Amino acid sequence: MTVSASLRARSEAEAARFPALLARAEHLAGTVMLGEHGRRRPGMGDDFWQYRPAQAGDELRLIDWRRSARSDTQFLRQREWKIAQSVTLWVDSSASMRFASDKNHVQKTDRARLLALAIAILLNRSGERIGLSGADLPPRRGEAQIERLSHALTKELNIDYGAPETTGMLSHGRAVFFSDFFGDIGPVRNALTDAADRGVQGILFQILDPAEENFPYRGRTVFESMGGTLAHETLKASELRKRYLERLASRKDELRRLCIDTGWRYGLHHTSQPAQNALLWLFNAIEGEHHV
Amino acid sequence: MTLGPIGFTAPWLLLALIALPLLWIILRAVPPAPIRRRFPGVALLLGLRDDDSVTDRTPWWLLLLRILAVAAIIVGLSGPILNPRAEPDNSSSDPMLVLLDGSWASARDWPAQMELLDALLAEAGRASRSVAVLHLSKPETPVFQTAESWRNRLSGLTPAPWQATEAHLDEVLSMLGEEAFETRWFSDGLALARREVLLNALEQRGTVIVHESQRPVLALTPPVIEDGDVRLTAKRARGAGTREISVEAHGRDPSGAERLLASMPLAFEPGETEASGLLSLPAELRARVSRFEIAAQRHAGAVSLTDDSLKRREVALIAGRKDREGLELLSPLHYLEQALEPTAEMLEGNLIDVLPANPDVVVLADVATLSSGEELAMLEWVAKGGMLLRFAGPRLAASDVSRAEEHPLMPVRLRAGGRTVGGAMSWGEPKALAPFTEDSPFFGLETPNDVTVSAQVMAQPDPTLAERVIAQLSDGTPLVTRKRIGSGQAVLFHVTANAEWSTLPLSGLFVQMLERLAVSSAVALPELSELQGTTWQPVQVLTGFGNLRDAGNLGGVEGTRFAQELPGPDLQPGLYEGPDRRLALNVIAHDTVLEPVLWPSGTPVVGLERPPEAPLGGWLLTTALLLLMVDIIASLALSGRLLPTHAKLTAVLIALLLAPQVADAQSREIDDKALAATSEVVLAHVLTGDRRVDDTARAGLLGLGETLFFRTSVEPAEPVGVNLETDELSVYAFLYWPITPDQPQPSAEAYAKINTYLRTGGMILFDTRDANVAGFGTSSPSGRKLQLLASPLDIPPLEPVPDDHVLTRTFYLLQDFPGRHVGRSVWVEAAPPDAEQVEGMPFRNLNDNVTPVVIGGNDWAAAWAIDARGNPLFPVGRGFAGERQRELAFRFGVNLVMHVLTGNYKSDQVHVPALLDRLGQ
Repeated sequence: MTVSASLRARSEAEAARFPALLARAEHLAGTVMLGEHGRRRPGMGDDFWQYRPAQAGDELRLIDWRRSARSDTQFLRQREWKIAQSVTLWVDSSASMRFASDKNHVQKTDRARLLALAIAILLNRSGERIGLSGADLPPRRGEAQIERLSHALTKELNIDYGAPETTGMLSHGRAVFFSDFFGDIGPVRNALTDAADRGVQGILFQILDPAEENFPYRGRTVFESMGGTLAHETLKASELRKRYLERLASRKDELRRLCIDTGWRYGLHHTSQPAQNALLWLFNAIEGEHHV
Repeated sequence: MTLGPIGFTAPWLLLALIALPLLWIILRAVPPAPIRRRFPGVALLLGLRDDDSVTDRTPWWLLLLRILAVAAIIVGLSGPILNPRAEPDNSSSDPMLVLLDGSWASARDWPAQMELLDALLAEAGRASRSVAVLHLSKPETPVFQTAESWRNRLSGLTPAPWQATEAHLDEVLSMLGEEAFETRWFSDGLALARREVLLNALEQRGTVIVHESQRPVLALTPPVIEDGDVRLTAKRARGAGTREISVEAHGRDPSGAERLLASMPLAFEPGETEASGLLSLPAELRARVSRFEIAAQRHAGAVSLTDDSLKRREVALIAGRKDREGLELLSPLHYLEQALEPTAEMLEGNLIDVLPANPDVVVLADVATLSSGEELAMLEWVAKGGMLLRFAGPRLAASDVSRAEEHPLMPVRLRAGGRTVGGAMSWGEPKALAPFTEDSPFFGLETPNDVTVSAQVMAQPDPTLAERVIAQLSDGTPLVTRKRIGSGQAVLFHVTANAEWSTLPLSGLFVQMLERLAVSSAVALPELSELQGTTWQPVQVLTGFGNLRDAGNLGGVEGTRFAQELPGPDLQPGLYEGPDRRLALNVIAHDTVLEPVLWPSGTPVVGLERPPEAPLGGWLLTTALLLLMVDIIASLALSGRLLPTHAKLTAVLIALLLAPQVADAQSREIDDKALAATSEVVLAHVLTGDRRVDDTARAGLLGLGETLFFRTSVEPAEPVGVNLETDELSVYAFLYWPITPDQPQPSAEAYAKINTYLRTGGMILFDTRDANVAGFGTSSPSGRKLQLLASPLDIPPLEPVPDDHVLTRTFYLLQDFPGRHVGRSVWVEAAPPDAEQVEGMPFRNLNDNVTPVVIGGNDWAAAWAIDARGNPLFPVGRGFAGERQRELAFRFGVNLVMHVLTGNYKSDQVHVPALLDRLGQ
């Protein structure tokens, strides 16, 4: 097969997947009732909020002449106040995310993208700006941004374990990192401290496969990383289980402590669980902070 | 090399079994191949070390499985053979003597013995040894011949129905030559006097190997009558263990066929060699028993033939005066009743009533005259073998019977009055009995002195008198006279049957005399004294297997030998006929003791069983293969490579392989079809194989069914097509059979079915569908085909439907039977020639049956045919006339189905005038 043909085929496959992902994400986002996204008070925003009689000190250009013409006093058209937050998403697209232990479970990367896109759609609806970390996609608003986002999310990296990027995060914005966080903890720590320095608060969202949580392996086994760069051979996999679980727990603890230190929030999701719960949790975690 | 019952053709291969522990070690040392797994969490695993440096071992059961598989391969390849044939002993080329006990007891295992003997002979033949076969029970000088010539004669060897006697042994001893030979002794397992002597003699000439069956010897002793029941006793040689047997009584049933009349279980207690029980049989049934045998024992010892001793004779007692109530001791029959009671069945009643019961004996006590009818019946009965026993008395003495000339039913002429001796009014002493002469049946009986006669009727001296006297008084006057009439006899006691005229009825002699005269039944074997001088002719003799065969021209046997000798070649067990009774000589007598033979410890005793040689290699290799298969699956499962889905698939595959073939669905389908046809009225048409014709027939029957449904109370279900070969016909009342020129001829079985169908009330409407253009069955193709098809059918004579046929009025009144064509000639079963026109009725009283066939060519199905919406499929005629014709076709169909279902019910209107007439009264 020629390179171009293979490229074409792959891109078609990708293209085919893209609307599906978007559709699924919209479907998922549709399940969340957006009850409280407005600020319920006048302020900067796109939507009409109320007319109020003009008071001294109001700028003349704020008067709504059409409304004022119907009465004797001048009215100002007030718009609902909206704070446009910038939310920067980072979705780990490394090879380790492309793992599913069972046919019935989706790959972790699949779930991560779905959740990312769904939360993006929700945030977009509530007027936030969404972008991807890195230089590719700075935070913007609108449907077009969702399209661009979903396109960008389909990229895949061939490295084994990904590290979060902090470039492109706006100061005092928000961030959500989707990953399994199996890679080196150093970059994660750097990214988080960096983000904390810039006043960015956010969520570490760890997505794990049930097999990674249970380690149901026995017998003589060579474990390889998804990219094949790492390998570990054991003669009795069952013997390793306990120690593996200990290490996993300590990794989770580490992440959690990191989050506490930097004011982030830590979330854990398994691919065996439904995506909707995770989405609700995520949405509340992001939006809920506005109301504190 | 042999190991128990298993031999090996390549025993050296078994050395490889030593390598098995090695395999154990190797399999334990080598770990199973690792599985490569992709696992993102490996990053967390890095640096973890296995606690145990030893490998994850193969589980012990998998090891065992593999070792078993390898062991099975090794053993399988070493050629194991179960029950290998011993190589013929080539070292000894001595002749072989086969000594068969050949008694009744060896009959139980005769086939096994013959099989073994055949094998021995085959081996001897291969080793070119000469063989002689010696039958101990029928000794003949042994002749050493080639084994082959003996093999040909094996089927002629049969066991004898007796056991070898000492005489036989002596005979055999004298036959043995001086040359050396090996002896194979086929023993019957029963002890034999002087068996050791013969054994010693044989051992001097070579080795002796005894073949003896381990099956127990069972025997049945002759039945004994006890209080009217039959006591049956079975014996066995060894008293080990409990054994239950069933003793069967065989005999002829009233129709004369041999059958099992009764059976009784007997149980040997442990340690007991005898088991006995009482079998209660009605006298009628008991008299019919011809033999008792132990069930499932095919030898003469298990059979006990019965003779007259089992039969209770039926004696009709008729007295001249019965009017003296209460005076029992004076009753002329009292003493007879007492004497006969234990052994005979008594019949009472008047002569004419009793004779048809065909008693064995009729006793007339002081009966002088018989009516001429009675006399004729009596004469006939006596001539057929009956025994008439008359006693004298006052009446006989006073009558004129047999006075001037001899009465046919009296042995002698009588003088008038008789005589009285030793009474108060007479001279002389009461007379005693004279000893019985040799030609008297009473010969040998003691004559007690206290038997005296004080009165008697006197015989007229005649030329024949002397030969007719069988007992006389001391003065020479006849006391008992006898005359043969035909095959029966008439016997006259010249005294009364009670103690009035003599003391004879009081004595034991009276009973014995009655016994001798076979009035009372003989109890057992006659005593020696009775047998003396008698000759018994064998009628049927027993074979060694316990079957009866015709005695052929075997010579008669002197009576005394029954009492003195054991059965043998000259005295074969069987049924013998003597002067006036039958005697059964059984193999087993009451005193026969079955004693197991005890062989000296040095003599090898071998069983008869010789299990067939069975190579086991194939089985073992198959087992190894199966074990290896299991090993594959188990290894896969262990290493986790047998995915659950695969496991399911495998299970399904295995189940499919092992599952028996799914039952034939077709037969069930046919059953369902028949079942559906039985629950409703179903019109059926014969499938011709021509799709168009079949469709038309189906549509036609559908149309007819609809018509019936709307107009009558017949509500048929969907019509069905019937395959004559496979379908059950009897469930259909009506078959429509369109004839096509090219339809296949049904098979013979199908014709049998159709004939049964026609005979049992079914109806077939044959339709040539060609409007009979050429006249019935002459030359149209369908007509010829109809002739061909119908020729094997059981079809009665036919005639064109007569005007008064019931078919013309079962529902509609019809004159014509049009279908799509209008042809007049429709043929039905011809009316009986004697059918008559009933006066005042428009039709004859016709046959009672439904005509089994209706033959025509009007293509009715096409006229009836409708489609799914109820519209006619085919045009009939033109315009209104055509519709009228279709209507008539439907009416014909309705009439036809009504005829099938209601038979000749409409014909019964013939009787209406008579019924009305009767009602009017």
